[in-house]
Amino acid sequence: MPLSPRLRKASVWALYAIGLVPAAWGFWLGATGRLPGNPVKEFEHLLGLWALRFLIATLAITPLRDIFGLNGLRYRRALGLLAFWYVLMHFTTYMVLDQFLNFAAIVEDIAKRPFITIGMAGLAMLVPLALTSNSWSIRRLGARWGKLHRLAYIIAAAGVLHYALSVKVVGPEQWVYIAIIALLLAWRPLRPYFNRRKRAPRHRVTIERA
Amino acid sequence: AAALKASESPFSTDEKLTSEDDVTAYNNFYEFGLGKGDPKAKSGKFKPTPWTVKVDGMVSKPREFGLEELLAFPLEERIYRMRCVEAWSMVIPWAGFPLAALLDKVEPLGSAKYVAFETVVRPDEMPGQGGFFQSLAWPYVEGLRLDEARHPLTILALGLYGKTLPNQNGAPVRLVVPWKYGFKGIKSIVRITLTDKQPPTTWNIAAPNEYGFYANVNPAVDHPRWSQASETRIGEGGFFGANRRPTLPFNGYEEEVAKLYAGLDLKANF
Repeated sequence: MPLSPRLRKASVWALYAIGLVPAAWGFWLGATGRLPGNPVKEFEHLLGLWALRFLIATLAITPLRDIFGLNGLRYRRALGLLAFWYVLMHFTTYMVLDQFLNFAAIVEDIAKRPFITIGMAGLAMLVPLALTSNSWSIRRLGARWGKLHRLAYIIAAAGVLHYALSVKVVGPEQWVYIAIIALLLAWRPLRPYFNRRKRAPRHRVTIERA
Repeated sequence: AAALKASESPFSTDEKLTSEDDVTAYNNFYEFGLGKGDPKAKSGKFKPTPWTVKVDGMVSKPREFGLEELLAFPLEERIYRMRCVEAWSMVIPWAGFPLAALLDKVEPLGSAKYVAFETVVRPDEMPGQGGFFQSLAWPYVEGLRLDEARHPLTILALGLYGKTLPNQNGAPVRLVVPWKYGFKGIKSIVRITLTDKQPPTTWNIAAPNEYGFYANVNPAVDHPRWSQASETRIGEGGFFGANRRPTLPFNGYEEEVAKLYAGLDLKANF
């Protein structure tokens, strides 16, 4: 369904706004004493899960286009940035509300606990992607931009590993996320074969300027 | 839950109690699911009565105890700190009696060195024990050295907050060992066996590098995946208040129990 350029642009902004609703909602619940038990952990966990969901959505754009012909490219930058913001909020919550800026404890955690080291590496890799998500960087970096942004695959793997290693028993919930991300990553080496078998040769777009 | 009478005890702490809401809604009881809210939400089908606990092994008088017999022991209120291995803690008013009193009734043999405990297996009533995904090997098993089991702080709890135990807290009878991590407090006990060999324990079987047999609260020995130096007191500090406090050796019961471990390397025997 073709959208007018103005509506298209508006739909991207709407995505940014809607994407931040879970964080705002969780923060409001926590700040007003409505999160039960361990509210800081609940909020931290909510932010981490949404970060994973946005990473998944970002990585799903390509296979959805390959397989179902759905073109969501114009939303990919917003989804990736939302993932970055959620990871950043997740880490900030851990740092400020959970550890109360006890930097010695934070540094020790990052250095000594593998799941936190892996999570931190994921955040560190997201920074250059977020910084180069603007149109100017895309033009400026050219082909190198695509190469750089393949880091998203490693980040998604790090994110789900961080999640799975953070729990005492890897349960059904973690396995679902592991399976989804594994499938999305496995699609990348498979897609040239899949796309070759499709009748009409596809116009290949690796970079979209939304 | 029915009302339960219990006398005061000098072993109780005067720290601020964790709310009944938090004590009964924020639980680890994997027989009912992995989420903190699962035990409360999914334990409705569990039937804690009638109940019997079999006490056997190296004892001169093996026998079964009905729940009524357990409730007939002189019950004391024990307000204990509870430190979870996941670095959070609570202060809980248990009602129970010293495990030593039960052991006295069965007369352990001189050869008995350890006490093994076992939780009920009822997949029909405990959704975490049924279905495709099983988080742990059932039954849940735990163990103590006999001197730990006989320590006056070690109790069998039958209630909390003046009432019989809710299902999610280990109804109808559970172990409470306040100087050890919470997972040692095995719930819904059906069997207690005296033995001369160190009994297997569930979390040690699941991840031996993360959970030892002793599981004494020890801020100097980190869990591989998180620090044990501090803890979050559930229900305090709210969202913006710093509610982390330093974790104390033996969960603050060092004076009472450190002598049990004289000469034992607590880093190797974590």
